[in-house]
Amino acid sequence: MSSRTPRARRTPRAPRTPAPVPFTFTFDGRPVTALPGQSVAAALWSAGILAWRTTRHGGAPRGAFCGIGTCYDCLATVNGRPNRRACLLPARPGDAVTTQEGTGHDR
Amino acid sequence: MTADLAVVGAGPAGLTAAATAARLGLDVTLLDAAQRPGGQLYRHPAGGPVPRPVRRLVRRLDRVTHLPHHHVWTVVRDGDTWLLHAVAGPDEAPAAVRARAVLLATGAYERQLPFPGWTLPGVVGAGGAQAMLKGGLALPGTGAPPAGTGPGAGGRIVVAGSGPLLLAVATTLAAAGARVPVLVEASGPAAYARHAAALARNPAKLFQGALYGGALLHRTTRLLTRHAVTAAHGTTRLEAVTVTRLDPDWRPVPGTGRRVPCDALAVGHGLVPQLELATGLGCATRRTPDGTPAVEVDAEQRTSVPGLWAAGETCGVGGAELASAEGEIAALSVAGRRPPAAAARRRARLRAFADALAAAHRPGPGWTDWLDGATEVCRCEEVTAARIRAAVTDLGARDARSVKLLTRAGMGWCQGRTCGPAVARLAGRDPAPDRRPLSCPVPLSQLAQPPGAEK
Repeated sequence: MSSRTPRARRTPRAPRTPAPVPFTFTFDGRPVTALPGQSVAAALWSAGILAWRTTRHGGAPRGAFCGIGTCYDCLATVNGRPNRRACLLPARPGDAVTTQEGTGHDR
Repeated sequence: MTADLAVVGAGPAGLTAAATAARLGLDVTLLDAAQRPGGQLYRHPAGGPVPRPVRRLVRRLDRVTHLPHHHVWTVVRDGDTWLLHAVAGPDEAPAAVRARAVLLATGAYERQLPFPGWTLPGVVGAGGAQAMLKGGLALPGTGAPPAGTGPGAGGRIVVAGSGPLLLAVATTLAAAGARVPVLVEASGPAAYARHAAALARNPAKLFQGALYGGALLHRTTRLLTRHAVTAAHGTTRLEAVTVTRLDPDWRPVPGTGRRVPCDALAVGHGLVPQLELATGLGCATRRTPDGTPAVEVDAEQRTSVPGLWAAGETCGVGGAELASAEGEIAALSVAGRRPPAAAARRRARLRAFADALAAAHRPGPGWTDWLDGATEVCRCEEVTAARIRAAVTDLGARDARSVKLLTRAGMGWCQGRTCGPAVARLAGRDPAPDRRPLSCPVPLSQLAQPPGAEK
């Protein structure tokens, strides 16, 4: 009985969750790597990108601020649709994220 | 189909209430704006493990109808029942739930006080930075995924503001590989001393604080109390902050500012209850010791509106333990059971602790001296402090609502959630309870014909 224990321990343990497989989407045409379940904002942050919107009046750069969907600073245009909250929206393979200028309807 | 109880919010309060009510035999529907249960505190990435403190509760959700990614935008009385309207999923599909009783456990969001440069990319909410790290595995400003050895590990993140959340945020960021050169807290030790009795009755909480403090010491973070970040510097992104000593009223002491280079700033001044569903239904509110409105509840977590209960941060910010205690009491009450005396005592003790913390971290009136005229107080509508002050001094605005009508401050996408406390203070008032007919943006088509309304 005791001799079997070491053998059992040597058996490789199956990983509890499979390693997440990264995928890519584009930001203003550049490829960005994301992990499944990551928000668009988190993936952009991970790529070192901090701003993906310019304001309507001053044209100032903005990105994620509150991180929980409250402040609406992180609005981005995703697959042609403006005003998506990047901090809430899960990134999906092949998404085309573009900098939102002003209301997103200006051009 | 009509549920016995609809719970709005799947944080510690909502999860505890839903699990408890289901155990008591009620048919429970739990609606939550997020994809994963746990709320802001126990946020976790898709595919990742459920955080240990809520694992047991999440397992008990198998007896609950859990509707994730359902953002409830309004609750209306419909005869003997309540009708909850939500936008569901990333494509914002309409959804409706009917229930005999409703528990609001809508949580809180971060209070922000503006300062010059706070709109620069790289300046993020402290709670937001933590949420993005927990839920999205991303660090602000540095580009480092914490699990790996990304290029940004070692990026410098200053943590600043006020409140017990800051220690937790600094610890989380440091553990993920960021360098936190300084933690800047606007309150001083004297503020704690005034509430020593209530604080000392909660040794577990004090221990938690000591633990966070200890972990930080090992990571060479400097703690500066009675200081604030009074300016952020950079052109297209944050490059440095100015850290200034404050007097007891949070007024900056002239000549004490010094520049600290950094890649990101995580800033926040405590949490404020998320109230619009409750106030929209006419629930009475109270003012917590930091001047913030919260839903008023009785000993059984009943609001002033029959059939409507509230629990957790909605009733005043107090942390997960208190939220859980309130959730359990509320569920018992909905099921017609009297909450045990021990639960009531625990709630009272934790609430006293929360009130003492709130009082100790109440923003001092002098913070408005951080502003210069060009500081954008309302981030959505880009309204400067100079315009708001002109509305107050030249045009006679006496509250946030008049300022909004005159300047558009608070009229943008976030509906004043971000700038509301600051605008109210600039108008010389404590913030009023939120009044927002819709708690989130709703497609016009759903307003025209919400599902379930035909009945």
